[in-house]
Amino acid sequence: MSLIEIKNVTMGYEGVPVLKNLSFVVNKGDYLCIVGENGSGKSTLMKGILGLNAPIDGEIVYNNLDKSEIGYLPQKKMIQKDFPASVMEVVLSGCVKRKFHIFHNRYDREIAEKNISIVKMSNHKKRSFSDLSGGQQQRVLLARALCATEKVIVLDEPVTGLDPIATADMYSLIKEINRKGITVIMVTHDINSAVRNASHILHISDTAFYGTAHQYIHSEVGNKFLLTECPCDVCSHLPKRRGDNV
Amino acid sequence: MFDIFSYGFVTRAIIVGALVSLCASLIGTVLVLKRYSMIGDGLSHVGFGAITIGAAANLTPIYFALPMVIISAFILLKISSNSKISGDSAIAIISSSALAIGITVCSITGMNSDLNSYLFGSIIAIGRTDAVFAIVLSVVIISTFFIFYNKIFAVTFDEDFARATGTKANIYNMVIALLTALTVVIGMRIMGTLLISALIIFPSLTSMRIFKNFRGVIISSVAVSLVCFFIGMFISFGFNTPAGATVVLTNLLMFILFSIISKILKR
Ligand SMILES: Nc1ncnc2c1ncn2[C@@H]1O[C@H](COP(=O)(O)OP(=O)(O)O)[C@@H](O)[C@H]1O
Ligand SMILES: [Mg+2]
Repeated sequence: MSLIEIKNVTMGYEGVPVLKNLSFVVNKGDYLCIVGENGSGKSTLMKGILGLNAPIDGEIVYNNLDKSEIGYLPQKKMIQKDFPASVMEVVLSGCVKRKFHIFHNRYDREIAEKNISIVKMSNHKKRSFSDLSGGQQQRVLLARALCATEKVIVLDEPVTGLDPIATADMYSLIKEINRKGITVIMVTHDINSAVRNASHILHISDTAFYGTAHQYIHSEVGNKFLLTECPCDVCSHLPKRRGDNV
Repeated sequence: MFDIFSYGFVTRAIIVGALVSLCASLIGTVLVLKRYSMIGDGLSHVGFGAITIGAAANLTPIYFALPMVIISAFILLKISSNSKISGDSAIAIISSSALAIGITVCSITGMNSDLNSYLFGSIIAIGRTDAVFAIVLSVVIISTFFIFYNKIFAVTFDEDFARATGTKANIYNMVIALLTALTVVIGMRIMGTLLISALIIFPSLTSMRIFKNFRGVIISSVAVSLVCFFIGMFISFGFNTPAGATVVLTNLLMFILFSIISKILKR
């Protein structure tokens, strides 16, 4: 069942396109990884899906989904280093949707507690967000994103800058979230783990590739970017193009 | 000691001053964290220009200053959220121009004697109208702040996330600008144009030395601001120093005290 349809979308800033004529469909339960070089427009596309920026051309259709019901973990920008906020306050700020109430009620708190425990931060609820390690901060922001959605989550380079252990923790959390039925749309530079975890891959470049992770491995563009050799029959017969990349 | 309350103007000054301190500390935390401190500063200068013009035109100064400062707040907000022009310099141009207009108007109309009170504040300047205004606007500021507390936190901590999850960030930024304008207008006369922005940012900067969560900073800022105001007022009466300046100096001492405590706590 399709959840988000990107139809011939062109996105850009002040009329200047950075992404042209892109089409693909995100189905319910998908784990879509978006790869591509820096500056290719991955974050811009995410902002389009979230409704933060409008497409210059084309349209984005949401089925049984309001765009404000999409959880979001932004690309790491300098969230102010010394911002005074506790872990609980940050996660609760993901619960600001739907019904309006002055202070967070018990229902919000229960959702926040649940998501804090999913990301294994229950022992740090009262700590200051700015005192946490990079990996812990990303987990807290993941919990905040989960508070804002029951359907889809958009993650923009969630593991960039994390150490290998924190990265592995983050990947297993995301996998677990996806298994629970939440659709995952993730921007990453880690192509190898993308093909391992994702159901679908979107590779943004001059000629965009969209297909299943399996199709991507065997595709020309995928073959070119993946550093590990694919030993299968199809690929070993493809002309070798990897050499210049390795 | 308490016979100072027998003068009507002293009672008014204390009530207005305490309310201003309360509002300034609430809105100050948000301005500092959103990096909007310059807006508070710019607005106080616009307020000064507007008050002198209002007085010269024989209007009740505050009636004229209120709409002017509110309009300027939206303009300054627009400027600082527009990445094309450098926000800080644009605000600096507006605020120094407003200051220059005010000083010129004062000297042309022969209000030089009032200049001092406009710039540095005066407790005897608080008339009945000012007091009523201050009380009404404070109630508006404080209740708006708490009604939108969650939203204000969300747009301050991460505006993109807030917008993505359906919060109308622009509206809340305007609410923040409006509350700042109201705070500046009611605080300007007692604290002075040049000192009101110090009253806005000092308590939260002080509190952030020690408190590391938003609610803690808010509560501490309110407490610090009120304590400094009352200490400042008593010193001001006792030693006959200008009220606004004394309150700001008390805030400075409190800032130093909190900084020392935070150093000790970190060890
Ligand atoms: N707010 C902006 N205004 C103008 N140009 C922008 C803005 N944000 C990004 N860009 C430009 O759009 C292009 C794509 O950026 P982005 O989507 O962030 O790429 P990616 O996430 O793939 O690294 C880049 O060339 C960048 O300079
Ligand atoms: Mg990006």
